[in-house]
Amino acid sequence: MSWTKKHLLDIESLTAEEITTVLDTARSFKAVGKRAIKKVPALRGKTVINLFVEPSTRTRTSFELAAIRLSADIINFSAEASSFKKGETLKDTAKNLEALNADFIIIRHSASGAPHFLSRVLDSHVINAGDGAHEHPTQALLDAFTIREKKGRIAGLNVTILGDILYSRVARSDIWALTKLGAKVTLCGPSTLVPKTFEQMGCRVTYDVDEAIRDADIINLLRIQHERQRKTMFPSIAEYTNLFGLNKARLAKTKPDALIMHPGPINRGVEIDSEIADCNRSVILEQVTNGLAVRMAVLFLVNGGKMATAAA
Amino acid sequence: MAEPTVILDALAIQRSLTRIAHEIAERNEDDAKVVLVGIPVGGDHLAARLAKILAGIWKHDVPFGILDTTMHRDDLDQRVAPTVHPTDIPFDVTGKTVVLVDDVLFSGRTTRAAMDALNDFGRPKRIQLAVLVDRGHRELPIKADFVGKNVPTSLDEKISLLLTEAGAAQDEVILKRK
Repeated sequence: MSWTKKHLLDIESLTAEEITTVLDTARSFKAVGKRAIKKVPALRGKTVINLFVEPSTRTRTSFELAAIRLSADIINFSAEASSFKKGETLKDTAKNLEALNADFIIIRHSASGAPHFLSRVLDSHVINAGDGAHEHPTQALLDAFTIREKKGRIAGLNVTILGDILYSRVARSDIWALTKLGAKVTLCGPSTLVPKTFEQMGCRVTYDVDEAIRDADIINLLRIQHERQRKTMFPSIAEYTNLFGLNKARLAKTKPDALIMHPGPINRGVEIDSEIADCNRSVILEQVTNGLAVRMAVLFLVNGGKMATAAA
Repeated sequence: MAEPTVILDALAIQRSLTRIAHEIAERNEDDAKVVLVGIPVGGDHLAARLAKILAGIWKHDVPFGILDTTMHRDDLDQRVAPTVHPTDIPFDVTGKTVVLVDDVLFSGRTTRAAMDALNDFGRPKRIQLAVLVDRGHRELPIKADFVGKNVPTSLDEKISLLLTEAGAAQDEVILKRK
């Protein structure tokens, strides 16, 4: 078991073994969070820069805390208060950050492929914290971690991802990760947001929500991403809630041990009933805790990855 | 590559551990304060075995735990990230005599990392070090309190501990030339 990648750009290029390595490593880092002293010196003296060109609170905070708990120094760089407003290119901004001896650059960007681009022009480690509708690899890793921890395995489980698949980088990363690990993934939502082409990624597409969740071991809900939709993809929010929202009546028809997940932020009363979000089958807050452990594991592993790249 | 040499067989390992346990008992009169902490991979199983032998000597259970040292290593920048093992120390180490247990003592850097890692769990009264094999080549001022066998080695040799707990057919310590 070893990790030899210098960057974490996507899940698509990872092997099942590499994904499992991250999950195994994250288990030990999760234990660190339960200690009286929640900090280890693994990345002492390293500089991490959160380059968030698109707004985010939870992912940014999670990476920030992950870096701090590994004893690295971290600064946040947000688009609103930056030189992007003054017309600087992404490459120039990143080069400037690297000139400050940044060891890791964690990037979120509205353009798909932005992290890949940076990995070609920088010497620093690049970690993708979400690029457009392409991928959000650490979210998929924390989802896989949560499923494995709760169910003891991933292979053979039925995972239903419900909601806005088309505009969701979380859906794409989840599909890659979970199918590589042997889960059976079903996608469901309005046909405008769940095109049949997703079947090419090795999952099943259905538009009947009751059928989609009936045999599910995991129900992963996604938010409707108003900010990404160029025009209305369905008549109204109320209609979406009626047809696809997870409510008590729908939940009653699922397996009694089916878990409910959501990458957040949740829209109570839209994709999920408020009561369900807080019920004992919901693992939404545990996903947040696990996200921290997974991001610590990713920083730790890519730090060692440069040695393999240098030796190659 | 030369044939591996067996430097300790199952019986010799058992005898060494029994002697180390008696030495730990002799050195520590306050036996209620002694806890064992093994370093994976290898030291964790040895700590469990030593705890069992000491329980027979002292007629009471001896707590033992597992301490992963990888997050405290000083060479994380010079290698591919090492495999991180779970840490499980189900007791408070503050005020205790902690006997660190490792399979092979070499540069001493793992022991240093272990002492740092242990500090995050409390402040032991004292720390002692028990190893099955001391192969020399220290890079830090560290010395074991209890040694199963001293084995002079050259740097191009590798010593491995095989234990049935870890899936080996039989217990043995072997020396290989790289």
